[in-house]
Amino acid sequence: MREFKKYVDITFKDFSRTYGDGIETFFDPLLYFLVWFEKLLINAPWPLIILVIAIMAWIGSRNWFVIAGTVCSFIVIGYFGMWEDTMSTLAIISICTLLCISVGIPIGILMSRSDRLQSMVNPVLDVMQTIPSFVYLIPVVMLLGIGKVPGLIAVFIYALPPIVRLTNLGIRLVDKEVLEASESFGASYSQKLFGVQIPLALPNIFAGVNQTIMMALAMVVIASMIGVKGLGVPVLRAVSNQYLALGMLNGLAIVALAIIFDRISQSFGKRMQKHLESAHGV
Amino acid sequence: MENGCRSTWKVPMVSETKVTIKNLYKIFGKDPAGMISHVQNGTTKQELLEKYGSVLALNDVNIDIPARGIQVIMGLSGSGKSTLIRHVNRLIEPTSGEIIVGGQNVLGMSKIELREFRRHTASMVFQRFALLPHHTIVENVSYGLTIQNVPKQEAAERSQQWIDRVGLAGYEKHYPNQLSGGMQQRVGLARALATDAEILLMDEAFSALDPLIRTDMQDVLLSLQEELHKTILFITHDLDEALRIGENIAILRDGLVVQKGTPQEIVLNPADKYVTDFIKDINRGRVVLVSSIMDSKKLKNGPEIESNMILEDALQIISNAEVSEAIVTENGKNIGSVKLGRMITAIARPSEKTGQITNYR
Repeated sequence: MREFKKYVDITFKDFSRTYGDGIETFFDPLLYFLVWFEKLLINAPWPLIILVIAIMAWIGSRNWFVIAGTVCSFIVIGYFGMWEDTMSTLAIISICTLLCISVGIPIGILMSRSDRLQSMVNPVLDVMQTIPSFVYLIPVVMLLGIGKVPGLIAVFIYALPPIVRLTNLGIRLVDKEVLEASESFGASYSQKLFGVQIPLALPNIFAGVNQTIMMALAMVVIASMIGVKGLGVPVLRAVSNQYLALGMLNGLAIVALAIIFDRISQSFGKRMQKHLESAHGV
Repeated sequence: MENGCRSTWKVPMVSETKVTIKNLYKIFGKDPAGMISHVQNGTTKQELLEKYGSVLALNDVNIDIPARGIQVIMGLSGSGKSTLIRHVNRLIEPTSGEIIVGGQNVLGMSKIELREFRRHTASMVFQRFALLPHHTIVENVSYGLTIQNVPKQEAAERSQQWIDRVGLAGYEKHYPNQLSGGMQQRVGLARALATDAEILLMDEAFSALDPLIRTDMQDVLLSLQEELHKTILFITHDLDEALRIGENIAILRDGLVVQKGTPQEIVLNPADKYVTDFIKDINRGRVVLVSSIMDSKKLKNGPEIESNMILEDALQIISNAEVSEAIVTENGKNIGSVKLGRMITAIARPSEKTGQITNYR
């Protein structure tokens, strides 16, 4: 057994020594983009950021209460000096969510097409969701060192499963009769996928996006252990130095972000189902 | 685009056949092809299920569907009727058999040919409407055209005429869920008509509707048919509906066609006890024609009745005239007479004295 462990360790070390640089270069564009986006958020004047977020809240929720809450939370965050960390967190969350959507939705679609693929991918998703994040931090750090990209990968691994699962589920739940109707009119594969399956699965897919954002936010503190800037860093510092107030404040800022994103994306998802509201018989 | 190559000149027949279903078998389960020989050797549906765990859905179905007429397939749930209609546009693949539509072998079509066939030749109306909930009514009606990549503007214009025709003008911007069941099925009907397909496949299209609305929709269909002369394959479990709209009816039981014929033939000469039980409660007055109970005695005066009139209408005329006999005419010519008493007997129970009607198979 000890031999086996040793063998795995040494092999992986060799692997990371040989290919580490190559893999790092592979992720360079992502790193540049992340850095660029983070700088953009931090350097932009704060009223502009609040305005943009308020507009997003309006597009998403059309609810003055949500917008007012959003603006207030950001002003409070700024007042307590957490603006820069919040922007860093916002940057990594946004990019991670985009990554998850662009990878997760296609995987989910493929899964919904084939029962075999579903039974193969599901256990992988289970592992991704349940394995303690520290365990996969080890190889990631060994390969890529400490920094933003490994942090992003860690968050990505943790946040990916819900969107894959819910895309798969959503497409499988599309009314068989509607699909049959589409087929009976001679719809091609892509006409069925983009005209019927994805639109009808959107509420579920959006629930997946929402969950992915929440999971990503939950990973912020752990990601800060491997060098991701943001709200996690002061929380970590607070834990090791027993700064109660600092921990609480930054923790609450994460909660505020979570609630804002949740409300915006949920009400956006609900509004997409507007056609399901029945006006008949009212 | 004309897809089905008409081959009337090849097959000289009194009425042109549009869809031919020949020796069609469908078996669900493992090794369906291997099960066919069992079925052909007389294994029943029940035995097949118990011995091999396979479900016999269709058993040697042969139906010729005449062009420009309404063919009804009737049967209770589990009789295989919905499976049968899905074979015509190959939403379900048969285990064996042939389906020929307008001279084209549907089963021999490639994927692309089949797609074209579904787009232009046969369109379908579904039991539970199967509308696209995220599209408006006008988008739903033009769905078939959108699939064919008809420009949006043109598709909307062509759809509009069908929306008007089924009486939904003003609802174009509504979503399906905002409409009642009857209105939703009007959308389903308009959607199927909008592609100008010659064949209309209607899978229990009106079964999910309230009785009153169902009658309403039957009227809509019949009046459309008077104008359009489509070849309609209509599935139903409701005998009254079958008798009302069908020019030809095939009764399906456990995947087997037990009787084929006109409504009158089925009501007057049920093929077996199963069909007899079926027709026990129906209103014969709406099916039986004057011609089947008239006699050749010429009357001088009295109210005139067309020979192809149903008894219900004829009785109305006689009772309005307050007489007990009426002249039967055909194309305006006096060809005989009919007695009130005879008509009442015919409505009460199947008449045995209908010599001119041949027992069907």
